Amino acid sequence: MTERRFAGKPAAPGVAIGPLVRLEDGKTSTGRRRDTPAEERAALDAAIATAMADLEALAAVASGDGADILAFQIEMLSDPALIEEVLPLIEGGEAAGAAWTSGLADQIATYEAADDDYFRARASDLLDLRDRVLRTLDGVSIELPDFSEGTLLLAEDLAPSLFLALAAMKPGGIALTRGSASSHVAILARGRGLPMVIGLGLAAGEGGNGEDDAILDGDAGLLLRAPSQATLKRYRSQLAMAAGVARRAHAIREKPAATADGTRIELMINVDDPAAVDDQTLRAADGVGLLRSEFLLIGRSDLPDEETHYRHYRDLQRRLAGKPLIVRTLDIGGDKPLAGLDLPVEKNPFLGLRGIRLALERPDLLIPQLRALLRVAAEGPLQVMLPMVTVQAEIDQTQALMAEGLASLKSTAMAAAMPGLGIMVETPAAAIAADSLDAAFYSIGSNDLIQYVMAAARDGEGRVAALLDPGHPAIERLIRRVVEHGRTSGREVSLCGDMASDPAWLPLLLGAGLRKLSVAPAAFDRIKLALADIEI
Amino acid sequence: MSGSLTIERTVTISHPVGLHARPAIAFTKLAKGFKAADIRIRGGDDRPWVDAKSIVKVMALKLRTGAVLQMQASGAEAEAAIDALQALVERDFDEVSGTGAASEAHGADKDG
Repeated sequence: MTERRFAGKPAAPGVAIGPLVRLEDGKTSTGRRRDTPAEERAALDAAIATAMADLEALAAVASGDGADILAFQIEMLSDPALIEEVLPLIEGGEAAGAAWTSGLADQIATYEAADDDYFRARASDLLDLRDRVLRTLDGVSIELPDFSEGTLLLAEDLAPSLFLALAAMKPGGIALTRGSASSHVAILARGRGLPMVIGLGLAAGEGGNGEDDAILDGDAGLLLRAPSQATLKRYRSQLAMAAGVARRAHAIREKPAATADGTRIELMINVDDPAAVDDQTLRAADGVGLLRSEFLLIGRSDLPDEETHYRHYRDLQRRLAGKPLIVRTLDIGGDKPLAGLDLPVEKNPFLGLRGIRLALERPDLLIPQLRALLRVAAEGPLQVMLPMVTVQAEIDQTQALMAEGLASLKSTAMAAAMPGLGIMVETPAAAIAADSLDAAFYSIGSNDLIQYVMAAARDGEGRVAALLDPGHPAIERLIRRVVEHGRTSGREVSLCGDMASDPAWLPLLLGAGLRKLSVAPAAFDRIKLALADIEI
Repeated sequence: MSGSLTIERTVTISHPVGLHARPAIAFTKLAKGFKAADIRIRGGDDRPWVDAKSIVKVMALKLRTGAVLQMQASGAEAEAAIDALQALVERDFDEVSGTGAASEAHGADKDG
């Protein structure tokens, strides 16, 4: 059998190698025969009691967030109010399963429609509960497969409680043909360091007899079946290296990031979604050098309101306990179509209405965000960063909107403060003439900067991709220029692009004078260790 | 017995996540401890009162941080119940950090 590669999406990082076993989904049918209302009621009560006993057994061995989810489900299931709308349906002659399903439908729909992530996530708990009771009613038992430690589990999707039961048996990773990266299960997997890939294109009958080893790559979002010896070797050495990094990083976890000669380097992290970053990483880092606020747009059909912005920034600020937080205003453009946002179609979106250009055209996008940022700035450390800045007018216009927002908030007696306003340096104009841009700080966005300087698209292939070389002298010279402007003007300069997450470029970046970097959380340990080996 | 006396109290939710799963468990458990008291809560003047001992009802209020929680109790221990519930809300439900990610790290620690 030759190597077969299935592409999905990463949901929890890490790599695992092991036998691949497919879980048969316990299907929920409503094939039970209907009895008298009294018997239906008794059947429902019995199913709830059984489900409760199962959940309690699971909770007895769960810990941390898993225990929380189960405790919540148990409390909900033991509350008579849960079935308030179910009982009249049974009395009206409906079968227990149908009554249970439609009686819960409203509650589930209400949670699904919540504009708050935390409440929305509760819908999956109720669905999990609903299906567990339905399975019991139908006499469908979920037989947990017998698998050995390190097995890769393949399923369509997993309910949180089933995931917890499986996780206790120590699988190596989770491969789902459906699933979502923002689901409960994905959060649980990340918390356990269990690699997970979702949206894999495997047919229902395909794969998973446990005979051959497979590789699950939670970083790249891949499943490799029957991998070649060369592929296996590559992944094994990657695993061995990752283990070494983790061990050595643990040893210096409490120490601040510094080079071999003791030069302190401020090492911050880039955050794509605060919910996906664990507190341990936040504690180890010197702060968040880039919060990509676009996570607020994912999975919704409308634009986030001021409160939504406010809550998320404030929560992250509290978790950082006084360490710096830099929030980048929404960085979107025609290359990333979004529901709820009618964007013009452009022939050349990377040179079009992106970043701050778009934000200034769309006050409905920018103003709620700026107002929220002004409010959060009153509560602790916070700085605001603008993407794709090219000319001073863009900074001035934003500053004016912020001043208006501040006045308006204060007039309604709301706490607000003016945060430092910095910019991303990612257009050649900004890098070449940083001194023409008056900003509180500069953060070099190397990904876009390289694309624009090298005139090579970020998603280019072959010859074009080869041009995307961070080591090109043009890039280094521009970085030096910006650092130099920072030094003479007394403004901080950092770099938050992918370049900082690759140890190979550290000598270049430090040599150019940078002392502040913001890296991907997954690269944090690796970069901190690599810094400790460099003499400057 | 002071059964006819109704105590009312208002408290603002300061917990960063709001009256969410874990806080709601703590809240309803505490309320249930006052067996003889009839305790009701609501999330605003125009909203219906709901049973403070029902997690299904309390969660359905979807009270976020900053929301003003109105409480009302009658029956034996009504005042003690309101005092205790108010204190619990003001202590952020005895949680330091209430985010999912905070418990992510927690779970990871335990599972080694």
